[in-house]
Order: sequence, then C-alpha cells, then structure tokens
Amino acid sequence: MLVLEKNAQSEIIEELVKDLGNNRSSLLEILQGIQKRYNFISDFAQQEVARLLNIHPVEVYSTISFYSFLHSKPIGRNIVRLCRTISCNMKGQKNIETAVIKELGINFGETTKDRRITLEYTNCLGMCDVAPAMLVNERVYTKIDPETAVKILKEIK
Amino acid sequence: MNMETTTNNQKKRGGPVLFSRHQLGEGIRKAIEIGRENILLEMKTSGLKGRGGAGFPTATKWMLTAATISDKKFIICNADEGEPGTFKDRVLLLEYPELVFEGMVIAGFTIGAKQGIVYLRGEYEYIRKSLEDYLDMMRKENLLGKNIACKKDFNFDIKIHLGSGAYVCGEETALIESLEGSRGEPRNRPPYPVNTGYKDHPTVVNNVETLASIPHIVTKGGEWFKKYGTDKSTGSKLFSVSGDCEKPGVYELPWGISIDELLEVVDAKNTKAVQIGGASGVCYPKSQFDRILAFEDAATGGSIIIFNENRNMIGVLKNFMEFFVEESCGQCTPCRIGNIKLLEGVSMIEKGQYTFSYINNLKQLAKTMQLASKCGLGQSSPNPFLSILENFKDEIFNPNRNGGSSGKE
Repeated sequence: MLVLEKNAQSEIIEELVKDLGNNRSSLLEILQGIQKRYNFISDFAQQEVARLLNIHPVEVYSTISFYSFLHSKPIGRNIVRLCRTISCNMKGQKNIETAVIKELGINFGETTKDRRITLEYTNCLGMCDVAPAMLVNERVYTKIDPETAVKILKEIK
Repeated sequence: MNMETTTNNQKKRGGPVLFSRHQLGEGIRKAIEIGRENILLEMKTSGLKGRGGAGFPTATKWMLTAATISDKKFIICNADEGEPGTFKDRVLLLEYPELVFEGMVIAGFTIGAKQGIVYLRGEYEYIRKSLEDYLDMMRKENLLGKNIACKKDFNFDIKIHLGSGAYVCGEETALIESLEGSRGEPRNRPPYPVNTGYKDHPTVVNNVETLASIPHIVTKGGEWFKKYGTDKSTGSKLFSVSGDCEKPGVYELPWGISIDELLEVVDAKNTKAVQIGGASGVCYPKSQFDRILAFEDAATGGSIIIFNENRNMIGVLKNFMEFFVEESCGQCTPCRIGNIKLLEGVSMIEKGQYTFSYINNLKQLAKTMQLASKCGLGQSSPNPFLSILENFKDEIFNPNRNGGSSGKE
C-alpha cells in the first residue's frame, strides 16, 4: 500500500473510532464500518484499530475471524450469499447453485477474476416461507429460480 | 427500502393475541399509570414464557433484574434470529415494530433501565433503516428519549446494533460478548445476565416476540392473556411454517394446537415428518402427529419445517449437521469435535458404510454432548441426530435405500 493510501485509511479509521467511541466494546462496529468501506479489513487497518483502542492486534484479528461477515482478505466488490439451509435446499437451491457456478465460472468461496463478485454460502436467511433466497450485499432476493438468479448476477456492477 | 421482502409479507394480519389491535403509545401510557409493581404482577399472572425457545418465565427474569441494585441496567432485544426455519421476528420487526419497541420501553420502566439495545442479525441489515425511522418517529411522539409520555425523570432510548453473521450470538451470553465487541463465545453461567450482563450490569435479554407480547399484557391484563393456550403454556405463539405445504408463512395460533391441526391450517399433504424447533429441535414422525405444541410437550421457538413422503431423511439430517459443524463457536470440545463426528457418522450411513456398534457409540457421544456442552448450541445439536435416527430407522437403515451400497438386490 502506498504511503498516501495508508494515511488516507488511517484518517478514516480515526474518524470511525471517534464516532463510535474509543473503547473495546465499539470494536465490532468499527470493524463493520471498515468492512463496509474497504470490502475487507487489511493487516494495516487491523493494526491501526488496535493502536487506537489500545489493544493487541491479535484481539482484532480474532474478532474478525469469528464473524462470517468480516473478511481479512480482499473479496469482490459484491458479495453474493446463497442460503443453503433445509427450507431453501428443498425448494431447489442445488439447481441455482449449479446455474450460478456455470455462469460465473467460479466455485463457492471464490471471487471472479474481475473482482466483481464473491460467491458464498450462508445459513438460514429467515426467508424460508419464500424460499429459495439469496443475499446480494444487504439486499435479499426471494423465490428465485436458476434463471432469475443468473439475471440478478448479470445486473450487479 | 427493499421491495422483495415487504411485498412478500401480507400486511397487518390480525390474530387473537399478538396480532390483535394495538395503538402506538397505549402500552407505555398504561404502564406508567399502573406502576412498576402492577406491571410485574400482570406479567406474573399472564404466565408469559420466553419465546426464543427456552421458555424461561419472563416475569421472573424481570423481577430478578428489578431487584438487583446497580447504577446502570440494560434491556436487550434479541433479534439474532438464526434458527433454521424461523422468520417470525422478521415479520414482527417489519410489520409491528411498535409492539417490540413499546415492550422495551415498558421493560426499561419496570426494571429501571435507561438504555435499550436491539441486536439485529447481520442478515437483516435491510430492516435497519425502517427501524431507525420508526425510532425517530417515537422520539418525536415523546415515547422515547427524556421524560417519556410526560413522566418526569423517565428517560429511555433504544439503539440498534448489527450482528455480523454468527448463529451462536443468539445465545444470550454470546450476544452480550458480541455487543461488547468480542468474539461471540458463550460465557459460563452462573452468573446470569440478570446480575452480570452487558458491561457487567444487570441486563434483561428478551426475544423479539416476548417483548412484543408485553404491551398487550399491560393494556389488556394478564388474565386476558392467560385465556389463550394451555395451563403451562399461556398465550399464543407465532409459528414460522416452511417446507412442503401449500401455505407457508407466519401463523399466530394458541399454544396446545396439535401437529395434525397445524398441518391442516397450512394445507400440507402426504406429510412424512415435521421438524419442530428448527435444526436444534426434534423431528416427529407421522405416528406422533397427535402431540401438542406447547412447552410441556413439543416445545419450540416457532420453527416448523414440513417434509413430505418424497424427502430423504438422512439427507435432511446431513443438512442439519453441516449447519452445526459450521456454526459451532469452537470454544468447548464436546460441541466442536462432537458435531464433526456426528456429521461423519451421517455421511457413513448415507453411503451405507456403517456398523451398528459404531452408530451406538455415536448415540452415546450425542448424549454426552447434551450433558457436557457449554451452551444451548452443543446441548441441542444432537436432537435431530437422535430423533431422526430413532424415528426413521426403517427408512434410514434399509440396505435398499437409494445410495446404500451394502444392500443385496
């Protein structure tokens, strides 16, 4: 990372810490803020957070590694999560899975080469009555079929 | 706002208890009028039990917190609805936020807390905006903030905290850990959150549905609430019904309804099995469909998943066990290793490569997990394993089952 970028990121993290409070209990919210802005929480960002909250960087990393919505490695600009819990599974989740894998040419857990989409599984999205469901960033799509799923993926930038 | 979710919910449904008519602010004003002791009395009369699934009496929880002396107390609304097959909280938060927030204000008034926190699961981020707007509206109406409803020195406010995708954070002590910015690993209990909760202050953690029942109990009385349901399970329950039926969705029904009756309501045909209580619940076969849904019989947090004749039960069990392997927080050994061993066993059964002595060892392991795990996740994850293997053994241990390799022609 360039020094300029580092300085810019430091400023943003400082701002976040100021807004959310300079204490240990704000850690998760601070990390969510960084995740939202940069799509992942780099080693540098982790160290900055640790410095500002006066805790060990390993505590920051341990928190990141616990939550499935926080990432310490770069991911795509959009994250697509397909629900694989039983109610969605019974309503044809496997067909969607196959269609999406073929369309994007990547497997679940991978990112497209152009960094447009990261594909992941998720557990129950609470949309079991309108299954199958897929979460694209924060937006949830329900009652999808292979055709609509692929269409949704085509449309995201 | 999100089109997909709002249009899929039927608007304002109507129902006997929770979905009965309620005007914003009614509960808070009545609560202030009758005072703390009478609220606790009405709660006690109502017999309301925690709607998250564990069924702890809410009045007792509140009394314990009210009795604890501390300069700060907290009310936490557990909206980390992660149990597979449960979506009632989503409906409540989208369609009836007034009930949930009023319940929190009344709880704050009763136990003397000034801060309420809604722990909203990360997957429900799209609901956040409408909730924030609603809170703003309540602040303008003087139902939140300072001197609420003109009651001097009654200050209470609510903030929303977003989760980050961890099932175990629905466990109350893990939820508190997560609120404090740590890994969501459950704590040893005791001490319970009623004494040592969020930031070591007395804390009430209630499910969304529990809180939503409170304005109704306060305005209409505990006796009214008790009219519905059974002796030990009073009131009504929101059931989240999904799977093989014509009309999936959220239903408000009184406790004590039998599985058969419920299947009729949702128009399910050729039903082979019903999973009650989500992945961590129990799977009931056809012969037990006369069991009733209540804390004293088939207890549930509301999740009902229906399977018809064509479903392969070992496949269902495998899906559940994969879920637990992924969501175990890894803190205690019985849960971390046990779930992996059970999943391995299920895969072996699926391929037909098993011996009954090994299956019996796994059943022993499952019972050990129920006893030795630290929190509800590991204590209840063996439930589907034990119940499916027991109730569907004719299907599962049939050598001619599709996928079985040990069978003769």
